[in-house]
Amino acid sequence: MSAQFLQFLLAGLTVGAIYALVALGFSIIYNASQVINFAQGEFVMIGGMTTVSLTAIGWPLPFAIAAAVLAAAAVGLALEKFAVEPARGASVVTLIIITIGASILLRGVATLVWDKNIHPLKAFSGDAPIQMGGATLVPQSLWVMGITLVVVLLLTWFFGRTLLGKALLATSHNRLAAQLVGINVRHVLLASFGLSAALGAVAGILVAPITFTSWDVGVMLGLKGFAAAILGGMGSGPGAVLGGLLLGIIESMGAGYISSAYKDAIAFVVILAVLFFLPSGLLGKRSTDRV
Amino acid sequence: MPARPDLRRSSGLAALALVVLLLPLALQNNYHYEVAILVGLNAIVCVGLNLLIGYAGQISLGHAGFFGLGAYGSAILTVRYGWPPVGAMLATTAGVALVAWVIGRPILRMRGHYLAMATLGMGIIISIVIATEDRLTGGPDGMSVPPLALFGLALAGERLWYWMVGGVLLVAVWLALNLVDSPHGRALRALHGSEIGAEVAGIDSASHKVRVFVISAVYAAVAGSLTAHYAGFVTPSKVTFFHSIELVTMVVFGGMASTFGAVVGAALLTTLPQALTVFKEYEMVMFGAVMMLTMIFMPKGLVPTLAARFASRRPSP
Amino acid sequence: MLLKNLLAAVVAFGCGIAQAQEPVRIGAFLAVTGPAAFLGDPEQKTLELYIEKLNAAGGVLGRKLQLVSYDSAGDAEKARTFAKRLIEQDKVDVIVGGSTTGETMAVVPLAEAAGMPFISLAGAVVIIEPVKKWVFKTPHTDRMACDKVFVDMKARGVAKVGLISGSGGFDKSMRGECLKVAKNHGIEIVADETYGGADTDMTAQLTKIRQNAQVQAVLNAGFGQGPAIVTKNYRQIGMSVPLYQSHGVASKEFIRLAGEAAEGVRLPAAALLVADKLPDSDPQKLVVTHYSREYQARFKSDVSTFGGHAYDGLMLAVDAMKRAGSTDKARVRDALEATKGYVGTGGIVNMSATDHMGLDLSAFRMLEIRKSDWTLVK
Repeated sequence: MSAQFLQFLLAGLTVGAIYALVALGFSIIYNASQVINFAQGEFVMIGGMTTVSLTAIGWPLPFAIAAAVLAAAAVGLALEKFAVEPARGASVVTLIIITIGASILLRGVATLVWDKNIHPLKAFSGDAPIQMGGATLVPQSLWVMGITLVVVLLLTWFFGRTLLGKALLATSHNRLAAQLVGINVRHVLLASFGLSAALGAVAGILVAPITFTSWDVGVMLGLKGFAAAILGGMGSGPGAVLGGLLLGIIESMGAGYISSAYKDAIAFVVILAVLFFLPSGLLGKRSTDRV
Repeated sequence: MPARPDLRRSSGLAALALVVLLLPLALQNNYHYEVAILVGLNAIVCVGLNLLIGYAGQISLGHAGFFGLGAYGSAILTVRYGWPPVGAMLATTAGVALVAWVIGRPILRMRGHYLAMATLGMGIIISIVIATEDRLTGGPDGMSVPPLALFGLALAGERLWYWMVGGVLLVAVWLALNLVDSPHGRALRALHGSEIGAEVAGIDSASHKVRVFVISAVYAAVAGSLTAHYAGFVTPSKVTFFHSIELVTMVVFGGMASTFGAVVGAALLTTLPQALTVFKEYEMVMFGAVMMLTMIFMPKGLVPTLAARFASRRPSP
Repeated sequence: MLLKNLLAAVVAFGCGIAQAQEPVRIGAFLAVTGPAAFLGDPEQKTLELYIEKLNAAGGVLGRKLQLVSYDSAGDAEKARTFAKRLIEQDKVDVIVGGSTTGETMAVVPLAEAAGMPFISLAGAVVIIEPVKKWVFKTPHTDRMACDKVFVDMKARGVAKVGLISGSGGFDKSMRGECLKVAKNHGIEIVADETYGGADTDMTAQLTKIRQNAQVQAVLNAGFGQGPAIVTKNYRQIGMSVPLYQSHGVASKEFIRLAGEAAEGVRLPAAALLVADKLPDSDPQKLVVTHYSREYQARFKSDVSTFGGHAYDGLMLAVDAMKRAGSTDKARVRDALEATKGYVGTGGIVNMSATDHMGLDLSAFRMLEIRKSDWTLVK
């Protein structure tokens, strides 16, 4: 494997892991409530910015991270409670507008709570590049990929083994049936938002040492996460992870081998091509229409 | 039986014409005119977009792309190739219609969020190409555009443009209203209700969807060309994903499946940022809050909600 | 007869007093939020701070200054609408603004048509070339940055250069200028890569440049977070040839973001960044030290050259008004054009009918980052 190819691959996997985390957030909320939460990117921002603030005032990194994730989860819960729940039964487009409004609001609040500058976060274990077959990697990339793997495994255990997780899955398959067996759907919805927010925050914290964080870092990441979730099949957990990794790799390879200026366009063209042949995404549920 | 909608349609159009005619009494300086013209231009795009979203029930998160193609098409043809502005506008509109027709067929095969993603991707690809091909388009800093000219006479000045845009808006609304009440419009509403049901009734849903997609693209392109000549300048900032979202928000705000709702939505969301400047650094927070609260408490949009409230007050026959 | 004259005098006097009461309105449209907030935020803060200080010192021509500013968020159309609002509704006396080139160029026709003196805070050379009657600018042009960098490269014996730039307006404009002027310095651009504005990894592009054995130095024309990431990636993949940045990253924030990777990076910048390192004999020392100190004291954040450009814009406008003795737009414009020997944070300004920026190459200093701080080269 040529060193150049390996370099592109590693770069793609690193950013792809972040997209995967954000995409998972989209999928979880979509599954529970059919809502596309366009404010997902802001959870990424809240995670990163909160960690930066807390470490700046002297908190040790692990505590700062935990607090940041909790803060984001709290915002997620608030979003569900005050924005999505009151709009129960509204059309899909209306809900999309509400979450977009929420994302603008959150960004506005971010400029007031923090500032409009870009902030770095110290890498978890230093900056010394690691050589790997002619390509180089920063230690933080390993953290990103490693933690994402752990998170995915945890989620698999959560959905497969815990009661709340199974309740979430049940609600996504058939809300009415879930209610009939006694699942409190309102709690499930809250949990899904909280969980997605936490995932977004983790992504934001992991990637801040590499890409920095700022009040509007969520916009692009949210968009790419959404694209990744659709690519993999909206609502499918494995699809979100696959979509995220693929998107990252396509971008990296596109930049490296074709044209760095058109990298994003190439990625979107590929997504559109996939959707053309597989209108429900790579691993999406083949939906059936009831007439 | 059809008498009712006809009456509502023409009375609505008359009311809009009255507003357009009388508004200048309230406009005190060129800045006011500028805002009014921007409202009109946005309204034209929204009326077309509403046909797609509100009536046909298809979502598009990429319509800023068609707007941009219209604007840049006019700009490039007049500046780089020396075409006369009106000819450039016509050619551009035809070109955008063709592009929409070609992209429309494959894209409209998708549904729901996948369609949203596909239109989003389309819009982003267009904006990336525009921003990158700087030799042709002037890149991220944009390019200047000569004023619209008819038979060599330059059409410039806020007053003149106000009447021009007002006129085009009235024509656009009239066309949209006619479309909605035509067999094509009824087919659209049928397939919005249930695509399979409509097909069973013999409606070729694919070709209807593509047709309304093309029509909405044409509306956007015309508005784009006009904007380019009015502003005398064009930049990629109007071709972004954010602007696409803004357009969808205007349509939903005012009320989907309501042509006048689209105009109201455009008016509100174009003037709102101007009014919110008093909030200085709280502007973004206020804007987001307004969007959220309006949609939470008036989920059907402004015009249908107000119309329903008004209708319920009227004593029942 | 006497009564009529007396009445006329009283009215004139009254109007004169009313006129004196009217504040001098400084209009501004800045990218305070959005992708160029890096520029607009310090600009806004600077204008607010100094209008306050000027008012405390008595104002201008016996009148108070009033700032009317809007956030155009980097969007050219918003800029246009706000500029129209400033001209038509707020009726300002001068406009200092336009953080980005796109926003500035959209407003130029308005300023020209309305006869409004407009001092732009954006970078591209196209703003003042060709010269427009009512439009001036304070920041150094991107072409000057290219010239300064190429001169320094030549002095180090570099003849073949790799270029990497972003997709923003500033980046593209500077890249275009560098490609044009390189041969004037005997320099050849042998590699030319680009990255996107929100990109988080440039190792792919840098790897391609590294593979080109001819490259003797690399110039990164960009601003925002892109150059910081480029710098970090540069060290990560072990590139050893000299790296030059542009004046787009002339702020401590760049050093903070790039961390240790910034060691040894050179860039052209205004003297403002090395205020405390200038010799006392330097003509700019006083101005830049004062601005630095006052900005840092008030806002508790590092001074930025972008804020400095806003400072220069405001002060030039005020100085022109004083020399013209009025706020009459045509007189102020003429006075601006006649500015000579004005010492600003960006350099010494000498304007003329053909030069509406007034800075020459000496206004740029070549800086090198050593031990996370700026140092003056030679």
